[in-house]
Amino acid sequence: MEPVIEVRHLVKAFHTNRVLNDISFNLDRGMNMAILGKSGVGKSVLAKCIVRLIDPDEGEIRVLGKDMLALDAIQLDEVRKRIGYIFQGGALYDSMTVQENLEFQVRRTREEMNKADLQDLVEEALANVGLLQAIHKMPAELSGGMKKRVAVARTLIFKPEIIVYDEPTTGLDPVTAGEISELILDVQKKYNTSSLIISHDMKCVKMTANHLKIITNGSFYTAGTWADLCESQDPEIWGYFH
Amino acid sequence: MDNQKTNESLNNFFSEIGNLVLFTRNMGQQFFSAPRELVKQGYFIGVKTLPLVVITAFIMGMVLTLQSRPVLMDFGAGALLPGMVSVSFIREIGPVITALLCAGKISSGIGAELGAMKVTEQLDAMEVSGTKPLNFVVATRVIATTFLVPILAFIADAIGLLGSYLSINMYEPMSFVLFISQAFDSLRQPLKPSFSASSLV
Ligand SMILES: Nc1ncnc2c1ncn2[C@@H]1O[C@H](COP(=O)(O)OP(=O)(O)OP(=O)(O)O)[C@@H](O)[C@H]1O
Ligand SMILES: [Mg+2]
Repeated sequence: MEPVIEVRHLVKAFHTNRVLNDISFNLDRGMNMAILGKSGVGKSVLAKCIVRLIDPDEGEIRVLGKDMLALDAIQLDEVRKRIGYIFQGGALYDSMTVQENLEFQVRRTREEMNKADLQDLVEEALANVGLLQAIHKMPAELSGGMKKRVAVARTLIFKPEIIVYDEPTTGLDPVTAGEISELILDVQKKYNTSSLIISHDMKCVKMTANHLKIITNGSFYTAGTWADLCESQDPEIWGYFH
Repeated sequence: MDNQKTNESLNNFFSEIGNLVLFTRNMGQQFFSAPRELVKQGYFIGVKTLPLVVITAFIMGMVLTLQSRPVLMDFGAGALLPGMVSVSFIREIGPVITALLCAGKISSGIGAELGAMKVTEQLDAMEVSGTKPLNFVVATRVIATTFLVPILAFIADAIGLLGSYLSINMYEPMSFVLFISQAFDSLRQPLKPSFSASSLV
């Protein structure tokens, strides 16, 4: 299988705080990889390095065959249009309504679409996350979980080849979290997307991920499938599963 | 050694200029690609600033008239009052107070807004989706402000004159038509070159 994301020997430090220390992994097409780790261990930083919101200090990142660190701004945008990124806090544009949030994403990337098609697409995406009734609301009028779901809808709307989920279910009730997890699986099956799922929510991880990695002290501590890691007696791993 | 340093700073200088040119070009492009956002920003900026500009201009017009009146009266030149006020207001005070108010009010508002957008990762989200946040967020606001400040200045001038008219009327009744015709008569005088230069400043 061809890898869609390849990361080699990634190092990132903020001043003296060495957050990522020699991270390497491959994400293959159609694979759902979960990344686990304690709060503040650098999971979000890793995800942001992959889309180059943060420039790493050392290492190599290839996404969809392109060397991310060598691209100029225009080429980088081309690659980014094929990656969906769901931010930990949702990052909805709070001066726009839900509908405008979704439209904005589409209009920026696929300009040739006509109005009726766009409307259909927006409604379909919102229906997918069960939020059709909130289409004219402002982000400030939504609950935390609703914001998350809108953020998911906003990313799914342009059917990216790779989706990076930064804690997609954190802060949601178990039922909604389960729905989001199912949504992740649905999308993955329907469009054969590859996903990088950063999460503490073990139920979500169990449902969605076919490969798990655990970060401690800036590098991968261990990796494997759910079944492999679940068996482990290592206290560092045990804590996540019990 | 020294040569190298000079080269480097020259290089920096030119790349800085290049960046400025690119920034300006991007802004120009953005003007056409996000008209709705532009109108929205223009609306917000106008509505937020208008009351402030109106109140300040009104008070300034009144005060200017009240302060100048006794002096002009001493010289027996009370009839020149509308002309004097209109020249000084329209050519100098109106635009200056509008610009200052806008700088204070709008820029601090934009600053706070951008700060909030940065913290909640909205700017990152735009960047990841292939939009240059600088273009979309900053350029629309800059362009909207550029168009609105002259409009606001015009309104400020009108309100300032109104204030001046009212304060003249507190002493002696004067018809509005007479006031306006006197005010605009004195504006009709051709600008001396030195005046034009001063308005550039
Ligand atoms: N822009 C930045 N500048 C300086 N330090 C940063 C920056 N971003 C992150 N860090 C540091 O990097 C470390 C990892 O942060 P990160 O956000 O990746 O944590 P995380 O693993 O995502 O945690 P959580 O599960 O709570 O989201 C933290 O110690 C943080 O202080
Ligand atoms: Mg995080």
